Order: sequence, then structure tokens, then C-alpha cells
Amino acid sequence: MATVTLENLRKSYGNTEVIHGVDIDIADGEFIVIVGPSGCGKSTLLRMVAGLETVTSGDILIGGRNVNSVEPMDRDIAMVFQNYALYPHMSVFDNMAYGLKIAKVPKDEIAKRVANAAEILQLVPYLTRKPRELSGGQRQRVAMGRAIVRKPAVFLFDEPLSNLDAKLRVQMRLEIKALQRDLGVTSLYVTHDQVEAMTLADRMIVMNGGVADQIGKPLEVYADPATEFVAGFIGSPSTNFLDAGRLGRRVEGGAKVGIRPEHIRTVAQSETDYAGKVVYSEPLGAETLIHLKLLDGEDVTVRQEGALPIPSEGESCGLAWEAKDEMVFAKDGIRLRQ
Amino acid sequence: MAQQNGMVEKRSSGLWLTHLGMIVGVAFIFFPIWLAFVASTVDQQAIVRPPMPLLPGDKFFENYARALTSGVNAPVGIMLVNSMVMALGIALGKIAISLLSAFAIVYFRFPGRHLFFWLIFLTLMLPVEVRIVPTYEVIANFGMLNSYSGLILPLIASATATFLFRQFFMTVPDELAEAARVDGAKPMRFFFDILLPMSRTNIAALFVILFIYGWNQYLWPLLITTDPSMNTIVMGIKQMFPSGDDTADWPVIMATSILAMIPPVLVVIGMQRLFVRGLVESEK
Amino acid sequence: MEKRVTFKGMWLPLLLIAPQIVITAVFFFYPAGQAIWQSLFIPDPFGLSMKWVGLGNFEFLLKDSFYRASFVTTAIFSTLVTVVSMGVALYLAVLADRLIKGSGTYRTLLIWPYAVAPAVAGVLWLFMFNTRVGVVTWYLGLLGYDWNHVLNDSEAMGLVVVASAWGRISYNFLFFLAGLQAIPKSVIEAAAIDGARFWTRFRTIVFPLLSPTTFFLLVVNIIYAFFETFGVIHTITSGGPQQATTILVYKVYSDGFVGQDLGSSAAQSVILLLIVSILTVVQFKYIERRVHY
Repeated sequence: MATVTLENLRKSYGNTEVIHGVDIDIADGEFIVIVGPSGCGKSTLLRMVAGLETVTSGDILIGGRNVNSVEPMDRDIAMVFQNYALYPHMSVFDNMAYGLKIAKVPKDEIAKRVANAAEILQLVPYLTRKPRELSGGQRQRVAMGRAIVRKPAVFLFDEPLSNLDAKLRVQMRLEIKALQRDLGVTSLYVTHDQVEAMTLADRMIVMNGGVADQIGKPLEVYADPATEFVAGFIGSPSTNFLDAGRLGRRVEGGAKVGIRPEHIRTVAQSETDYAGKVVYSEPLGAETLIHLKLLDGEDVTVRQEGALPIPSEGESCGLAWEAKDEMVFAKDGIRLRQ
Repeated sequence: MAQQNGMVEKRSSGLWLTHLGMIVGVAFIFFPIWLAFVASTVDQQAIVRPPMPLLPGDKFFENYARALTSGVNAPVGIMLVNSMVMALGIALGKIAISLLSAFAIVYFRFPGRHLFFWLIFLTLMLPVEVRIVPTYEVIANFGMLNSYSGLILPLIASATATFLFRQFFMTVPDELAEAARVDGAKPMRFFFDILLPMSRTNIAALFVILFIYGWNQYLWPLLITTDPSMNTIVMGIKQMFPSGDDTADWPVIMATSILAMIPPVLVVIGMQRLFVRGLVESEK
Repeated sequence: MEKRVTFKGMWLPLLLIAPQIVITAVFFFYPAGQAIWQSLFIPDPFGLSMKWVGLGNFEFLLKDSFYRASFVTTAIFSTLVTVVSMGVALYLAVLADRLIKGSGTYRTLLIWPYAVAPAVAGVLWLFMFNTRVGVVTWYLGLLGYDWNHVLNDSEAMGLVVVASAWGRISYNFLFFLAGLQAIPKSVIEAAAIDGARFWTRFRTIVFPLLSPTTFFLLVVNIIYAFFETFGVIHTITSGGPQQATTILVYKVYSDGFVGQDLGSSAAQSVILLLIVSILTVVQFKYIERRVHY
């Protein structure tokens, strides 16, 4: 177990810089999720920590040791790959044992560690099978097992759940979280799924275009996004962005105002200056999403309690919210605070 | 019901016609081999007074024993050994050097990589027949006439297998090599532990193709083996025909022909599934 | 296409690639270079020195009526071999494709000739058509036809064509069958529902969809007929009668080794080299990346 520190970490391919300087101090045992859309550099960041990509500039420290030029196997890490990367010709046991065999761990020690991991992951009945004879969830577990048996200081997860179906994904998400708690191993987890990020992370790094837009606890990031991108990316349905000028907000340099769907209420038109026409509604039971088009053509989504009356399509509604829930963003997307 | 019966009947008569067509085709394809087999089981008298019989005679053991132990110029048994060494040498040699060079080209970045790849690639499809005279001189200068290395080495100098393994290695997921690196495997360890076992089917399919390629070589052994004891069986058959007007020893020649096709046929039939897959896939 | 992950090091990959590079250099590039070099010289009558003649060998070849005849022979021969073997193979593949049961057995039987060396195939066919003892010759005699490929040009050509095509049927059959089985059944069923009968379906749907396979086989078979049929010709006719079956590869051999005319033989090799290169380019250009054995 160890701390991980990234200091002004940068990566370039030729003249193209893809990671523009990332800094973070990760505490021992902390679960960090790196989240962002595809192409934001999150996987590259993880692969740099793994040692699968070279560092262009900046430093990576694992347990206080600079590992910039250390081979992956010597970094005391283990990695779970998106497609699991199981060795197709080896049994489950051999897949898990391979790294230990190379490290010349004694045979009985290998057997003990693999048996232990198989126990934890409920893989005991499958130890002699080949990966192709396993279901997706079982393969996922083997990939986890391969990471566990190494007893690494850091776990690296590269979108490990993206190849599973929705139900299994939820289940494995809980298992990964529980496992990480039990083992207490520092973890870096890459995903494009903000729900995974919110539920798994102690802290999350929201990446956008090679920059860490915001680093923080999930609920803090949700409640207090640092940039327009973060406000839009974290949370579903997404934050509504309205033109600041049209709203009559004269914040210095402000371009857009963001309001989360749950912070908007539908009210009688007479009570407010803002009104829109209902395009359609999605009653989901516990809540209802109402999609409206404002008079000036902007789209707005409102999220309300499922028990509340639902306006019919084509009906005009007034919209109201508290001023404290407004988030004002500058033209370059940076949050402006009063 | 009647309607349905009609359909079924029409179908089954079409099916029988199809089978009949296949049987005629197979018979046509097979007839030369059958005739050779028959000829290898009768005595010379039965052949030189045409028409020869179309059913096997009783001289099977006699003819084959004579071919294997004495033959015409050299015992066919020796030729079989020579052919086996040559075919195995070409198949295994080519697979070995191709695996290594494909591994180097795909998994490393080293100076001259592209140059080497294109040099190897250039040899695709240029059969030994095209450069026989100078190749013969090289072999003669090395003193490799009438030797196994002379038979084998020039036929290994081709890129087909390298190209095939390269294609296959490219389809191996990157994550596998990464996982191996994280597991601490050094390049050669990765090669032997992971890449080689994963290539098993490709290797087997290629083995069949190369074994037959090697076994069936004709011109090259004809040129460089002047000593009958180094003859391969495929080229040795032609040497059994007498020059001039003497009558050929047909039963022995035909027994030799059958012996010459048994090993490659066994390999093809025995590994049919792999071979068909390998052949069709490798050409795609 | 490049791998994302690579191993570090420079000496290891060079060491790994060395065997192939050395063998290729010594047994491929050097001889190929020699062929090109030698094609620019003629040796003196005693073989003691070489005389530079530039493109003289090529000039001489192109004026040589025997060489030009050999070109024509090769063209006729390879066209016939390709048409015959592909025709029979397509016929058998279409039949096998119609059979759901039993096609495996037929396939096993039909693969045999692939394993038979061209030279052995030559001997088998020579035996059947032998002028004195051949079974087919004898039956043809009964029908009043006097078969003699030793004297008759077109009979000799016919025999080497059939023997060469025979050995190639298996290969073509396997590819046609794979090609046919790759055609979605639903397409054919749709055509059947549209009222197309078997032959109409074959002409308008199956054959067009099969054309990539057909084109590929066309090139591969021409290459086969050019280079790999040496054994057939050497065993059956030795290029005769009067060079009627002397294809280009055979002529390289007979001029180089039998006639000892090294300059001319080398020039012929260079011309063949050009022909294969062109065929290779054609093959790669039109059929993407397929490897030929």
C-alpha cells in the first residue's frame, strides 16, 4: 500500500500534447476515479502510472519513489484491463499465477495466494477452466484475481466494467468497491461512466481535453462544479445552460448560467418571467423529467417528484428557481463566483 | 399432404442427381490414383499387354518390397528418408525463422525495421524456379550440392510464413502484451509463454502447407542431387524411367508414385480441418 | 498498422531477425542480383571470361523465334490450365454446396490431389496415356483414335494441361466452396422467392457474389501454371515435341542447365521476375492482402 503523487504530469505524441499537466496527491488506500469523455486523456494518464506509456515531463511517485523510468513490473502495481487481457491458452489458475511464477514466488505460496483470491472472488469451481469457457462476469473476476494475487501497492483499473451488461455492471461495481475497502489498496479507476465515478470514488478527477478540470469528492464536485464542462458532464440529466444575457444576469464576464434540472420548478406563468412549452415528459415513477422549449428556443429539462402533476404536451409552463442554485460560467467555461 | 409429398420427392431426386454429379467428379479425380495403385499390385506382364486390369492384383507386397529395398537407381526407402528430411527441414525451419522475425518486426521498434520488413516482403511470390541458375551457383560454391542443407536452405528464403505470422500477431490484442509486461514477463518470456501457444493453430496449418510444399519440390532436388542416394522420392520417380526404348519397370514406378503421395496425403487428411482453415484464412 | 505496445531494446530484435535476413540475402537477393548481372553478359566459348553485352541478351531473346514461341505456348498453357481446373472445381463446389450431408466426405476425397506433387501427377497421367501401355490410349485405339502425344503437338499440350489442371482442382475447390458457403443463405432464398430458378440464381446472384474468390483464384492459378508445373512438363513431355510444350520456366532450365547458355538463361529469369512482379502487384492491388503459397 502506498501513496501516489502526480506532479505536473505531461504527455506529448510528437508535437501534440495530450495531457497538459496533472497534479494530485493520492492518499494511502484512497479510491480515485478518473472520469471523462473518450479522448480526454484519462486512459493515457492511467497507462502512464502503469508504466505502459512514457512520461514526457513531470513526475510520478509511488510510495514516495519516483517511478518515471521504472518498468511496469517493478512499480508494485497491478492492472485490470478493459477487455480483461486474459491469456486465452492458460487456465484460470495459470492466469492468476503467471505474474507470481515470473517473480519466482515459491510454488506453495502461489497456490495459497491464488486459492485465497479465488475464494474471495468465488472462482474456486472454475480454476481449471480456460477463459473462453467463462461468462463475462467470471472473466472480469479472473482479471481482478490476477491483480489481487500480486498484493500490489496500487490497483489500476482501465474501464473494467464497460464490456459487461448493465445488470452485471451494477453488481460488479459494488463488488469492486467492497473488495477495495477490504484490501485497502490505493486504486486508480478510469471510466467514462459518471454513475460509476460517483458511486465508487473517494475522490474523482474529471478530465476534459487533457486537463484535470476538477478534483474532489463526488458530491462536492456535483454540488459545486468548477467548470461548465464538469457541470454538464457530471449529473444526469445534464445541467441546463441558459444564456446569461437573456436571463438579465449581469455578472462581469459571465456567459452562461447553469441550473440543475432538480432545482427548477414548474409554476403558473403569472408567477415568473420565464416560460416554455412542454415538448414531452418522461414519467419514471419516482421522478418525472419534463422537457421544455423556451420561447427563445433554448431547451430546458426539469426534474420533479413523481407524485407531482405532470403538465401535458404543448402546454405552456412558467419556470422558477432559487438564485443560489445558479452557477455562472465565463466564456472559457470557468465558474465565476460572486 | 399430396402437395407436400410432391415437393419432397422433387427435392430428393435433385439430391440424388447432385450426389451422382459429385460421384462422377470424384471418380474422375480419383481414377489416375486408382490406376496407379492397381498398376503397383500387378506384374509387368499385366501392364505391357494392354489393356491392363482395373482391379488390384496379387503382387502388392512383392512390388512395394522391391521398390523400397532396391528401386531402380536407389532404394526408394532412402529416397523417402531424404524427402522426409527435406520436407520437415523446410517446414520447421521456415516456421522457426519466420516466427522469430515476425515477432521482432511486430513487437519491437529498431533501426531498419521497415527496411528489413520490405526486404523480406519482396521475396513473396518469387519462386525458386525464377532464380535457379544463380542459386545453383551459390549452393555449388558453398559445397552444398548433394546435401540436406543445400536442399533446404534456398527454399526457406521466402516471406510467406513471416507475412502470415505478422498478420496474426497484429490481431493479438495489445492488452495481452501489456498484461504480460505488468506481470513482469520479458520479451522472450512473452514470446514463449503467450505468443507461441496462441499461435498453435496457425503453426499447425502452416506446417501442413509447408510440408507439402517441401515434399513436392521437383526442380530444385533435380538440379542439386546428382548422387542417387540423395535423391528425393518425387524427383527420383522420373529417374526411374529408362532412357531410350527400354520398357519402364511400371509396377515399381507406380509403387513408388503411391509411396510418394502417401506422406503428404496423410498429413493433409489427418490435419484436414486445420489445413483447410489455414489455407483459406491465410489467403484472405 | 502498428502495435501500441512494444518492447524495448535494439540488439534482441536484430538477433531475432538475423536468421531470416541472412538466409534471404544469401539465397535470394544475391542470386536474384546475380541473375540480373549475368543477364548483361555473355560468357566466351570456354567459359573463362564474361563479355559485357548490355541489353544484348534481351534484344537477342526478343528476336528469337523460339523464345517468342515459348511465350505463346505459356499463354495458351496457363489459360487452359486455369480455365479447366477452375471450371471443374466450380462445378464440384456448387454441387458440394447443395449437399448438406456428405459434403465432408466428398471434400476429404477431393483434397487428395492437392497432396500429389506435380511431378507425380505427371507420371500418373503419363501412365494412363502412355503410347504403348496406357489404358486410355488403348481404349481410344478401340474407338479408332490413334493417341500419340510424343509426336502430336496438340495432344502433348492437352495432356500436360489436363495433368496440371488435375492437381489444382482441390485447391480451387476448397476456395470456391468456402466462397459459396460465405454467401448468405437469405440472399439466395430471397432470389428464390422472387422466382429465380437455380441457373438464373447462379448467373445473377451467386456468380457475381463469388467474383472476389474467382479473381483471386485466377491470378493464383496463372502463377501456378507459370512456375509450379515444371514437374508435370518435365515428366510427361520434356518440353517436346519440338518445343510444343516448352513454357518459359522450362526454357530457363533447358537453356541454363542443358544448353549451358547462362547469359540467355539469366535474361529469361529477369523477364520471368518482371512477370511475377507484375502479377504480384495485380494481385495485391485488386485483392488486397492475400498471400500466395
